[in-house]
Amino acid sequence: MDTAITNLGYLVAAILFIACFMQLSHPRTAVRGNLMGVAAMLIAIVVTLREPAILERFAPTLPVIAGGVIVGGLIGLLFATKVQMTDIPQMVALFNGFGGGASVLVAGAVLTDTPNPSLQLTVPTVLSGLIGGVTFWGSLVAFDKLQELVLPGRPIVFRGQQILNGLLALAVLALAVMIVTNPGDTWAYWTLVAVASVLGVLLTIPIGGADMPVAIALLNSYSGLAAAATGFVLNNNVLIIAGSLVGASGIILSQIMCKAMNRSLVNVLTGAIDAGSGTGASADEVYAGKVKSTSADEIAMFLETASRVVIVPGYGLAVSQAQHAVRDFADLLESRGTTVEFAIHPVAGRMPGHMNVLLAEAEVAYDKLKEMDEINSSFEQTDVAIVIGANDVVNPLARTDPSSPIAGMPILNVDKARTVVVVKRSLSPGFAGIPNPLFAADNTLMYFADAKKAVTDLLIAVKEL
Amino acid sequence: MEALISVLTIFVLAMFVGWMVITKVPPLLHTPLMSGSNAVSGITIIGAMLAVATPNRFTTIIGFVAIVFATINVVGGFVVTNRMLGMFKKKG
Repeated sequence: MDTAITNLGYLVAAILFIACFMQLSHPRTAVRGNLMGVAAMLIAIVVTLREPAILERFAPTLPVIAGGVIVGGLIGLLFATKVQMTDIPQMVALFNGFGGGASVLVAGAVLTDTPNPSLQLTVPTVLSGLIGGVTFWGSLVAFDKLQELVLPGRPIVFRGQQILNGLLALAVLALAVMIVTNPGDTWAYWTLVAVASVLGVLLTIPIGGADMPVAIALLNSYSGLAAAATGFVLNNNVLIIAGSLVGASGIILSQIMCKAMNRSLVNVLTGAIDAGSGTGASADEVYAGKVKSTSADEIAMFLETASRVVIVPGYGLAVSQAQHAVRDFADLLESRGTTVEFAIHPVAGRMPGHMNVLLAEAEVAYDKLKEMDEINSSFEQTDVAIVIGANDVVNPLARTDPSSPIAGMPILNVDKARTVVVVKRSLSPGFAGIPNPLFAADNTLMYFADAKKAVTDLLIAVKEL
Repeated sequence: MEALISVLTIFVLAMFVGWMVITKVPPLLHTPLMSGSNAVSGITIIGAMLAVATPNRFTTIIGFVAIVFATINVVGGFVVTNRMLGMFKKKG
């Protein structure tokens, strides 16, 4: 009877978790969806607390559980309330890592505590240790790269990297066989976790800054799969269901990101973007004598007569924290009767949907944030397109040059707008390492400045019209 | 073996449900989706609580650390998602 009540509680939690994701499909219901997730988690925790195993050892156990929840809760709360919206990618990466780490520890504890474990326990334990170990360290590396603490944001590749990864994978396999055939030796499990940790580091360092959306989505998926594997270890339904929902979510997101770059997952994971290879023109050939630099006053004159303006934000906007300035600028244009919309490329920024969150923070109405497919056809009717801190996602070479490293990548067709203004600090190439003919196009004006300063100056110039 | 098949069934079906539900989330909300799903993956906290409930001191310590990790994940994830979603406003 007792287990029946527990399992019923888990069923309610599972339904709420699914409902939580369903409600996330619209900004109007999403807040409620998130609260459903909280409710699901609380229900799952409460019914677990009345498990016989915990009740039997209630007195010594409860302080440990409560202590852990208080410590973890305070840390989580501190991070979550203090973090800036521009830093969300690294924070998600960090939290992700903790989830994976917890799964590793739980699986290890169960293995240690179970006398004569069956195959049904050891196999998922191995998976949990492997996936969780990779997730924990992979996420820490991703966090570090995004925060640019120790490691640089660019890909780190060295000779024999794939061979080393292969050898480590073999070691994992050998250790897995040892754990399954002789589960009493728990040292083999912790060794496997150590090897998986090294693997997690090695698999994440070749991933470059602009590919981070894929990496974070994938690690997100791993943390879910690690939880699901732990669910198999414990024979616990709610862990399996919640874990696989997260697993599916991460896989879908990483697929969407890869498609938005027209690259395969393998290509992203090995950091293998072949910059500068092939027949592409050099920066000098593309830019020489053709780039027109402009001033805020000149742009303001174009904006004076514009009836439709589209703003294209990129990572540069996040770096200079220009979202509030951009909102003020867009409001000013609207007050003068101009239609302003934002064109969001799926991989703009450092995680899926990064630009949307930044602009929402600055109180840009979400119905002004347009997806690529929705807005691309309207650039021909756009008087001025303003690109702020974006590069590869507006590079027309993706459409025209089949030998380009970004060939076939879906881009925002800003070059079709009557006038294009590009706000950028210099002509330096984007992540793909190739020049952008858009900057030298006849209808393009370059405004060399930091995003925030540029937008603020534009605001003043338009006000003075 | 039978128990394995039944949990495997649950796993596969849950993946399908996840697939269908999550493909409906618009790119506008992909960041909150990630931080929210992140919080959900902290469900491991349940396993951690069970791990603490043993007489073995080693696993109690490990379980404690796991509870701390998972709670950071759960609390941090849900709170930051709530913060973000509160920012999405329609005009007017």
